[in-house]
Amino acid sequence: MLRYTEELSSLNGVSGNEDDVRKYIISVIDGKCEYHTDNLGNLIVFKKGKKTPEKKLMIAAHMDEVGLIVTYINSDGTLCFDTVGGVNADVVAGRQVVICKNGSKGVVGSKAVHNMSDSERKESVKVSKLCIDIGATSKEEAEKYVALGDFVSFSPGFTRLGNERICSKALDDRIGCAIMIDMINKEPEYDIYFAFTVQEEIGLRGSSTAAFAIAPDFAIVLETTTASDISAVSGAQRVCELGKGAVVSYMDRRTIYDKELYELCFTVAKENNIACQTKTMVAGGNDSGAIHISGKGVRTIAISAPCRYLHSPSCVADTKDIDACSKLVNLLVPRIFEL
Amino acid sequence: MILKNLLSKLSDMYCVSGDEVTSLEKFVDFLEGRYNNECILSGGNIIMNFGKREQGKKHVLIDAHIDEIGFVCSYIDDEGFIVPANVGGMDYRLFPAQQVVVHGKKDIPGIISSVPPHLSDGNGVISSASDLLIDTGYTKEQLEELVRPGDTVSFATKTAELLNDRMCGKSFDDRAGVAAVIKMLDVLKEYDDISCSYTVLFSATEEVGQRGAKTACFDIAPDIAIAVDMGFAVSTGEDAKKCGEMGKGPMIGVSPSLSREITDMLICTANKRGISYQKEIMSGLTGTNADRFGISGCGVKTCTCSIPLRYMHTAAEVVDVNDIEATAELLAEFIREVK
Repeated sequence: MLRYTEELSSLNGVSGNEDDVRKYIISVIDGKCEYHTDNLGNLIVFKKGKKTPEKKLMIAAHMDEVGLIVTYINSDGTLCFDTVGGVNADVVAGRQVVICKNGSKGVVGSKAVHNMSDSERKESVKVSKLCIDIGATSKEEAEKYVALGDFVSFSPGFTRLGNERICSKALDDRIGCAIMIDMINKEPEYDIYFAFTVQEEIGLRGSSTAAFAIAPDFAIVLETTTASDISAVSGAQRVCELGKGAVVSYMDRRTIYDKELYELCFTVAKENNIACQTKTMVAGGNDSGAIHISGKGVRTIAISAPCRYLHSPSCVADTKDIDACSKLVNLLVPRIFEL
Repeated sequence: MILKNLLSKLSDMYCVSGDEVTSLEKFVDFLEGRYNNECILSGGNIIMNFGKREQGKKHVLIDAHIDEIGFVCSYIDDEGFIVPANVGGMDYRLFPAQQVVVHGKKDIPGIISSVPPHLSDGNGVISSASDLLIDTGYTKEQLEELVRPGDTVSFATKTAELLNDRMCGKSFDDRAGVAAVIKMLDVLKEYDDISCSYTVLFSATEEVGQRGAKTACFDIAPDIAIAVDMGFAVSTGEDAKKCGEMGKGPMIGVSPSLSREITDMLICTANKRGISYQKEIMSGLTGTNADRFGISGCGVKTCTCSIPLRYMHTAAEVVDVNDIEATAELLAEFIREVK
């Protein structure tokens, strides 16, 4: 599973441009299940189990990641861009990036600190003032490598941190994808639908069509969620903490989760000694927001790995938490069919 | 060695001001092997003498600083985060989620913490290095075995190639200068009719107040000194009237604090040899080692020779390799001109 996480998070799949991630997933699940790609690019998988239950279960994780899109080419060959999904400008400035379609390297430059006025140093960093520099010296030259609308990703750089932690771009939500691949590799007790979705980061769009097509009774969303457990932050503002297990929340900005599934997660976790926590703040949102109101409604829960510095080139997660999420979802599936 | 390769190796070296000695042993071996000449390593300064020093013969000092900006660990808090202090001037706003390397008992990867967009309005401004907590994935107890206050921290950026012979890396300030001086030595190897003697200095602690340059210059006592450093290249947000341009050659310093005689001699040499150059007009001090050289001992005729650099003191600076090449050529021709 860690290998899948590493390989998946090193791929570039900014929302709307998930092809490379989908191709990789197909390459590792081919022959183990039925699958097809829908009109939006969602990869819909059906895994036959030993039993076919009366109710349908869908497990979903999104393939896309936050990134940048080229909006204008300046006469000096630098590129103006906008963010795709929520990205703060301070994690973009001064970073190496890559033009997704051809691998051209670039850097997001920033004015030298020596030349800034005091007031400039006190302003927050703004995307509108940043440019991507690919080394081109003119608009004409830049156009040979980049077109308007091209996607740009943070340069990959998967790193192990400390004894048990990992750091990479796009852990959100390649961790969820890796857990699903691992489940597809096994022989499950019951039939399960898996949806590897697109465009989560720009408004939960892929999951809308995937949920409509599958029309499940139950859904589990596998995600990462914002942990803000750094020492400058205390109490409820930390939201959730690394190393304290799978995160199951009762509510976020897009969903009020199914109460019975919420309770069931903690019951299963307790019975099996799996570390499990909830969020101490109502914050964020994920594909559950679209899935739980799909069709005539879907009973939905999300299981997330806590992740620091989300939506940056350096998301940090704990492998123990990823294992806890994986164990919990595998044990939860049969219990859902008993409901 | 191809210049790009040399530059990558130099820039990927870790050498934060004050921590030069531990990093430089391999580099000293490289220099001694390449030039078959003794290399003196003293307090972080590297000194190599060329030609026989004699009465009535001019002695020239060619300098590039070997240190880079970074951080120093000042405290490990209860949750295992490192509180850093800055080494050199930098724009703290750009560092959330930046990958770094902590030089403890061994090199440890780390991430500068950040608050994700889900939990922030994006308007926060970091104004002090002590707000940049470094996350290594270790607990306080584990970390105390590996890291002590005083250990240095560098950016983890690896050098990458952009279009048009432009490169992006963490410490071209002043490794690009070091590369130019090494290339100068390569050129001078071909000549046996040089009238002056000269010393190459790769100086320590420039970024914290040009301290290494002060003691080294006192020791070397040259007649003429050239500080090879970085100049501001125009890029988005910079004032074109105050900057040089990428690819237009070295920026020869013109300033009341510099020797106009040496400035004119550099310009004259460039014109004579057809080397492209730009003028860098400064109104007082230069912010380089030249400020120290000029007032060393009874005074030294000093000038700056700056390589245009974009995004100075960020973790991803950009330089044009052709400018390094032209700088090397100008320096070599200058040495040949000194009678």
